[in-house]
Order: sequence, then structure tokens, then C-alpha cells
Amino acid sequence: MQVGIPSVLQSYTSGASVVEANGNTVAALLMDLDARYPGIRFRMVNEADTLRPHVRVFVNRESISDLECAVSPDDEVMILQALSGG
Amino acid sequence: MSEQPVSQGGRAFEPMPEPAAIDVNRRTTFSLGGLALLVGTKKGVFFLTANASRKRFQLSGPAFLGHIVHHAVLDPRDRRTLLLAIRTGHLGPTVFRSTDFGGTWQEAAKPPAFSKPKDARRSTVVEQVFWLTPGHAAEAGVWYAGTSPEGLFRSEDGGDTWQGVAGWNDHPNWIVWTGDMTQRNPDGSPVHSILVDPRDARHMYFATGSAGVFESIDQGAHWNLLNTGMRSPAGPDPFPEYGYDPHCMTLHPLAPDLLYQQNHCGIYRMYRPEARWIRIGDNMPRDVGDIGFAIALHPRDPKTAWVFPMDGTDVWPRTCPAGRPAIYRTRDGGDSWMRLDRGFPEHAWYTVLRQSMAVDESATIGVYFGTTNGEIWGSIDEGDTWRCLAAHLPHVYSIEVAHFNR
Repeated sequence: MQVGIPSVLQSYTSGASVVEANGNTVAALLMDLDARYPGIRFRMVNEADTLRPHVRVFVNRESISDLECAVSPDDEVMILQALSGG
Repeated sequence: MSEQPVSQGGRAFEPMPEPAAIDVNRRTTFSLGGLALLVGTKKGVFFLTANASRKRFQLSGPAFLGHIVHHAVLDPRDRRTLLLAIRTGHLGPTVFRSTDFGGTWQEAAKPPAFSKPKDARRSTVVEQVFWLTPGHAAEAGVWYAGTSPEGLFRSEDGGDTWQGVAGWNDHPNWIVWTGDMTQRNPDGSPVHSILVDPRDARHMYFATGSAGVFESIDQGAHWNLLNTGMRSPAGPDPFPEYGYDPHCMTLHPLAPDLLYQQNHCGIYRMYRPEARWIRIGDNMPRDVGDIGFAIALHPRDPKTAWVFPMDGTDVWPRTCPAGRPAIYRTRDGGDSWMRLDRGFPEHAWYTVLRQSMAVDESATIGVYFGTTNGEIWGSIDEGDTWRCLAAHLPHVYSIEVAHFNR
């Protein structure tokens, strides 16, 4: 499925804003993303397997917090990075 | 690339050349001549390359524009490998490494990260990689990293993969020594000042802002507190076993039993066989005090050190006392201090952080520091006179000197 990548992570995807990745859950999707673009997952997910603050994952335009959320090939997945501070 | 003259000290700065932004994957473009200052800032890493006389400095960078660079360190063993401790806004912390001094960069395949906790109270994650220390000269490729919260990590492959030092990260007293996770410092509470005894790779020290100084004689398998002699400024017990805040600690490379530290409250020296910190900051002028972050040692004279005092009165502004910037130098191990302010503006209100002062190894030692308002200052006469080498940079977190021709 296609995954939207925020600009702050596009150094991992050679500048691509949308990439292909597979998985039955968001967690699996992020693991596959990391296999394709090494290092990208740890910038979004910490060692406790929790999304880092200000990182959001939207599945079909709905924000999800449970990485075990199921996804299917037709879903639209978008990763967003909020910014705050100077 | 032509060299640009440095701006002169004083109130008026000469306009600095506009730094050319570079992509992280593009080459930096400075020569590997004599020495360079590696400047970690809130918005990337900059490089100030000196000519042979150190009268001209060429600014280049930023590399990793927009990334928080807490520490940039060149491996003194090969003088080619450069490691950066990086965090990007709200993204996770990591380490970038270059084996051709900035020609190309690779992210660590396995950045520092805590192991999965067995105890929910210890459920914590690395928020930033704060400190980098090359390992012993005989251990090529070994590096140590200090993180916030207080983690200690080791790499044996030049910074590509990192493993937690279990003797510290999993110590039964870790939660006691590191304190309440809800009471963290605004910029984090890191392991810092990781020191390796040049005589023995197994003998190490580090410091934290929550407990104090730790020592290991078995390469990190076990750690013991080394706080005797320090005085706590608050609390019912002035001499608790732990609960001190060393800001920067260093040992002398030629006299490794001699340790110095700039503490949150005081400047201290320890001769390790005596195992007692002596407050040499009591010899500073009373109206200046001995509060500060950074301390640097003369690489050939164990009795010479430099500090940059901060204002520790009332609400602790931690800017230059009375707004009058000055370095203080001791030539006698802290028994006396000399104020050095030739070249500084009459008033300035910046802070010099713990990693932001460094010295070179030239015949006449150069001393350098960076400020939170983005200035780099240098002296090539051991602190007697000062010049502003660069201005208008981001908030400076760290400065390291890199020598290429030794």
C-alpha cells in the first residue's frame, strides 16, 4: 500500500513523499518501511514500541494510536510530523 | 575556497560570510589542513577551519541544517571518523557517522536505545544522545555515548551499532540515582563527561546531574560513587552520598589521576588516590563565584585550567556575572585565578554550556568557547586576548577541536 511520508523523514526515502510498504498492521507496516528505508522507524517509534510525541499515523484519515491497528492494501496511510517550539 | 578574515572582538562584529547550506548527503568543502573547531548547535553542525597561524578561520556548514547536534567529535585515533549526536525536532535521537570527515554520512544502524524494561518503573526511552567519547587508544573503533535520560552505551564498530552498558543501565540503583522521571531537567538529564583512563581502558568515569560522579575499574561492569568532598547547596544533609550535579568533568591526559570538575555549585579538583574533591572554586573572587558549566585543561600542564563563570545569584540567571563576560584561568591547580577579558564586549548576557569550551594542542594553547547566542570566541595566547571567530550562529551546544596533522 502507499504510505505518505512527511518532509522530515524524506531524507530516508530519497525525497519521496509517498512510498510503498506492506503489512497487516500499522506496526508491521512500519517494520516493512524500516526494512526498505533503514533507520526510519526508530525516528518515529521509540524502544518501548510507542509512537514518539508529535508523530501521528493516519489510516484512511483517522488518527490511530494503537500500532496493532489492522490495515489492508486499499487503505490510505499517512505519517505526519507535528512541529512545535523554535 | 579562499579564507576569510575573522571578525575582531569588541562590540561591533564584522559581517560574517553567509554560510552555504548543504544537504546532509553532500560533501562539506573545507581543507584538512591544521585544526578545525567542530561546532554542535541547535540547528546543525558548523566547522571553523584554522590556517596555520590560527589567525584566520574559515566557517563552513551547516551540515544537518535543522537537526539538533549536541556533540560532534573526531576520532583522535584515526583522525578521519567523525560522529555526531543528533536529534531532529521531535523525531528520535540517533548518531550519524562519517569516515571521511564529512564527505559522506551514514546513520548508525543501531542507535543507542534502552533494552526493553522488565520493570514498568524503568520504562524509559532515550530522548537524546548527548555525549560522545572515543574509547581507549588501544581499542580502535570503541566509542561511548551518554544519553538523556541517563544511559551509557558502547560501540565497538566505530559508532555503527550501540549496546547498552548493562553495569550502569541495569544497575539495581539506577532508578534511585536517576531520580523521579517526572522531574527531569528542561534539556534532559544526561550521562556526560565519560572519561577513559589513558593508562587503562577498564578504568572509567562519568557524571550525571542527578547523582554525581561514578567510577568503574572493570570497563563498566560495576560502578561506584565518587562524590566525597562535594557539598550539596540544598537539602538537610550538605554531604549526601549522592545527589550532586557535576556539569563538566575532565581528567588530565598526562596526569590521569588528576580530575577537575565544574559543578553546578563549585569548581573542584581531585587527586584520585586521595578520593576527595577539593573545592578550588573557593579561591575565585567572591563577587564572581564559582558557578558555571564548562572547564578545560591545558593539555601539557596539569595545573592550568580555564572556566567561564556564570551568575548563580538569586534566581540563577546563569549568564555572565553582572553581564560582564570573562574567562578565569588558573596556573596553580586552582589555588588562584586570573580574570581574562581582553577582547570581550563590556556586557553580554549569554551562557557557555558544558560542552562548549575546548583547547587545542598548539605550542601556545588555543582556547575556544561557544555561546548560547551563537558566537564562537577564540584565544591563541592561552586566554590573554580574545577574538570573535564567528557570530550569528544558532545556540551553541558544543565545541570540539579536531587536529588533522598530528
